[in-house]
This record gives sequence, structure tokens and C-alpha cells, in this order.
Amino acid sequence: MSIAATTAREVTERLATGRSKDRGVGSMVFLGLLWFSLFFGVVVLLALIVSTVIKGAPRFDGELLTNYTSVVRPETAGFRAGILGSLWLMLFTALLAVPLGIAAALYLQEFADSDRPWNRFVEVNLQNLAAVPSIVYGLLAVAVMALLGFDRTGIVLGGALALALLILPVIIITTREAVRAVPREMRDGSLALGATVWQTTWKQTLPSAIPGIATGTILGLSRAIGEAAPLVVVGLASSVTFDPAGMLSQITALPMQIYSLTSQSREELRQAASAAIIVLLVMVLGLNALAIFIRNKFQRSW
Amino acid sequence: MNPAGPSQTGLPAVPQLGRKRRPGESVIKAVLFGSAMISTAITFGIIAALIRPVIDFFAEVPFGDFFATEGRFAVLPLVAATLMVTVIALLVAVPLGLGAAMYLSEYASKRARKYLKPTVELLAGVPSVVYGFFALTFVTPHLLQGLLSIDVGFTNMLAAGLVLGVMIIPTIASLAEDSFSAVPQAMRQGSFAMGANRMQTTLRVVVPAAISGVAAAVVLGMSRAIGETMIVALAAGAQKRLTADPREGAQTMTGFMAQTAGGENPVGSLDYNNLFAVGLLLFLLTLTLNVISISIVRRFRQAY
Repeated sequence: MSIAATTAREVTERLATGRSKDRGVGSMVFLGLLWFSLFFGVVVLLALIVSTVIKGAPRFDGELLTNYTSVVRPETAGFRAGILGSLWLMLFTALLAVPLGIAAALYLQEFADSDRPWNRFVEVNLQNLAAVPSIVYGLLAVAVMALLGFDRTGIVLGGALALALLILPVIIITTREAVRAVPREMRDGSLALGATVWQTTWKQTLPSAIPGIATGTILGLSRAIGEAAPLVVVGLASSVTFDPAGMLSQITALPMQIYSLTSQSREELRQAASAAIIVLLVMVLGLNALAIFIRNKFQRSW
Repeated sequence: MNPAGPSQTGLPAVPQLGRKRRPGESVIKAVLFGSAMISTAITFGIIAALIRPVIDFFAEVPFGDFFATEGRFAVLPLVAATLMVTVIALLVAVPLGLGAAMYLSEYASKRARKYLKPTVELLAGVPSVVYGFFALTFVTPHLLQGLLSIDVGFTNMLAAGLVLGVMIIPTIASLAEDSFSAVPQAMRQGSFAMGANRMQTTLRVVVPAAISGVAAAVVLGMSRAIGETMIVALAAGAQKRLTADPREGAQTMTGFMAQTAGGENPVGSLDYNNLFAVGLLLFLLTLTLNVISISIVRRFRQAY
């Protein structure tokens, strides 16, 4: 394209976006305010991370990961039990919530008739569940555990149940979005070849939607791993000095330990809490980064 | 089996060609249906789980003692503190969330949006217990008492509200951005054609056209703020207190729940049942807000 043509096009495009009139003082101030609101959060996040790292820096050593917490010698307290507990919780939360969530989403998106009032109700219901306070899921988990006949609820199963209930709506909603994005032609092609609806779903729709589902699931799990409120209600211990050994083993979790250490005002404990926060942030932000990576690398747009 | 063929979402009706029986298909469909039902039943599960202890609670404590301003079971001081913290949070999150949404929807290029949006959403990914620690050990001593030299208590509603506001910025920003993006391009072009610049177009055309979406975003943000636990449990205070001064500490509904649940209260005791009564009130409050927000969103989705 010649320079003249390019310039002509650029001028037209700029006129069409109103950009040429953006030079006034009011406009500049407004744009400045928008930039401010966009980056305010980032600045807060940076302040949070920097202040926490400074506070927790003296505690970055091997003991942080390998020791158990100790009230007697808080300066060598470690978070072995919390880190292992959080990983166990995440594993069992995923085992409970992911298959159920994907199955429910597939039914709602591929099999159910969305015009029926009942299914509209289901949809509103799911959106509401995604916004129910996390602490309420703790109360629900306590009730379900009582129904199943467990006396103690501060165990792997109780914690995982609360977190699974918490992220189930998130997984269903994101899976539905991912499945909805798969173009209709792919289903039509499969159906035209004689496949049933389930065969089409299993062999065509689901594989195409996997990146989207994975992104949503990982984001849900990263939310679960940082939650403390439902675990407080379920009654997880804040300090345990043994590794988790099974579904019925008593455990603690990293956010629980941070909560209980922060509630106490001794300086060494606050320092230990800072170090634990860094470990937790690495886990959570790592999961977030993984989700964004999957989305950018594998997500196809049709 | 499905006699009418897949006439459902996303799938056009196809004629039923074969009559081959596929028992496996029905089983799978039943399993998927069951999963969907379990997920839907959670709402009723929550109500069922909460109602029993609440009935036990009100068998011993009269309604008047629960909806009272003072006393052992009074809930109104908790509600007042919750509202105070929520208002502070919204004062932070509404302008900043809407500003971020306006930039992302009206100013950012497609490529910039791809990087800026996850950055804003990262704020929602930080665990709330971490925000609570930040409010307690940084915002209160260094920012409020140090830099701004405000005379605040060790725990106070101001710090909790401010940090909570930062946490719900992404909630408001992403819903508001959706509604801004749903405004048809033609309306913007009409505005540009009249000689308006982007600021005028954004403020006088796009935002008014998407005002219902903005309302939905604010209501959802409010619901999030009311239900958030760890920030207020750590930074807002652990004393039940009826006060209009945000510089003081006062316990919120969720703060009370975390404290009661963390304590040694045997199942079935009066304090334990009190926890469920506050929990039910919290659930009903957020349910109302969520339903308002969802129905507003449904309406603006249909508008354009």
C-alpha cells in the first residue's frame, strides 16, 4: 500500500474513533484518572508483596518448608503440615468437584432444553451459588459431614468437601462457557455421520473445550487453596505436627496457619506468617499463571 | 433415549434416523442429569443445613433478643458494622472498578486488553487471608497511623473497608466492562459523528446506555463485600460494638461467625446455634443482592 493510501486510512480511522479530539485538558485528566484506577490495584498488590517479603525475608530457609509449627520456638517454625495439608485438600477438592462439575455442565449445555423455566431457574441458581459467601459453604459442609455420620469434621474429607462445594458452581459456569464456544458446525458434522449426542459430546465437543475447561478448573482450585473461612468453620486445626495420612486424617492448611499466626501479636509469629504468605502466594499466583498460559497457548478461536 | 433428537441448546433438530437401542446412552444421560441435580440441590442443601440449628436457636432465644442493638445474641451491631465496612469498600471499588472498566472497554487496544485484563483480575486471585494480614500489619500501622496520621485503633473498620474495596475492584470492573462492551458500536459512532471526543462519548453515551449493567456490578460487589470473611475477621475487630465511627473496631457478621466457629463451642450449644442464625441472615442478605444483580444482567443482555 502506498504511503498516501496508508495515511488516508489512518486519518479516517482516527476520526472514526474520536481520537483526534482527545487533546483537551479535560480529556487528558479523564484519561489520567482511568489509568490511575487501572493501576491502583497493581500498586497495592506490589506494596503487599514487597512489605510481606521484607517482613518474612529472615525466615526464608529450609526449615520453613520442612519443620512443623512450634509455639515454643516460633523462630524456627515451619509450615510442612500446612503446605502438605493444602496440597492434599487441593487434590481431594479436585477429585470431588471436577468430575461432578464437568458432568453437570455437559448436561446443562448439551442435553437440557434451556428454554424450559426449570432450566432457567437452574441457571440463575448457579450464578447465585457462585456468589454465596464462602463461610456459608463451611456451614453446609459441617451439616453434610454430620449427615454422613462423622463426629470430627476437621479432617481431609471435611475440608475438601467444603472447598469442593465452594468451587463447584465456578467449574460448572466456566465449563459451560468453554463448551458453548465450540462451534455448532463441529457438532453438526459429527451428528450427520450418525453419532449420537453423547458420542458427539464425548469425541468432538469435550476435547475441543478442554483448554477452556482446564483454565476454569485451575482458577477454581487456586481460589480453593487460598480460602480460609470455610476451613475455620469446618474446624481444621491451626497447628498439626504430623503429615496427612488419608481421607480421615486430621490436617491443617496454609491459610488456616496464616490466620491463626496473624491473630497473635508476637513479632516472631508475624514474621513466620509473612513467610507463609509468600509460600501461599507463590502457589496461588503459580496456578493463575498456569491458567493464563494454557488459555493463551491452547485456546483456539473459531 | 431422546425421541425428538437433539433439539436443545446449540444443536438443531435432526430427524431420528435409526431406531437402534443404546442403553449406555441413557445411563450416561442419567448420570449427567444426576450431577446437574446435585449441583442445583446445593442451594436447598444450604437452607436445610441452616434451618435446623436456627429453629433450635429461636426456641430458646426470642426474636426480640436477636434483632436487638445490645445483648449477648444481638445481631444488629454486627449488621451495622458489616454495612459500614461494605460502604467504605464500595467507595473505593466503585470509582476504581468503573474507571478500569471504561479504560478496558473504550480506550485499550485489543492487544493491551489481553494483558491488562488478567492483571486487574489478579487482585481477586489473592487469598483474602493475605489481604487481612496486609490490612492489619501494613495499612493500619504504616498507611493510616503513619503516613496519614489518622487516629485509628489497632483493629478498625476503615482499614478493613479499604482493603476489602481493593479486593472487589475486579468483580465490579469485569461485570461493568461486559456491559460497556455490549453497547452497540453504532451508538458510539453516532456520538463521534456529532464531534464528541472519547471522554464525552464514554461518559454521556456508553455509561448511560449501560447503566443497568453498572447497577448489577455494584450490587454484586456489595454482595461480595458483605460475605467476605478473613479481612474483617483479622482487621475489623473482634468486639461487638454499635458505632458510626469507622476509626473504631467493630465485629461484622462474618467476623462473628469466624470467631464463634473457631472457638470451642460444642455442637448444639446456644452459641453454636447463634452462628447458624447469623449465617442464615447472611445467606438471605447475599441471596437477595445476587438475585437482583443477576436479573438486572439478564435484562441488559436482552436489551441490545
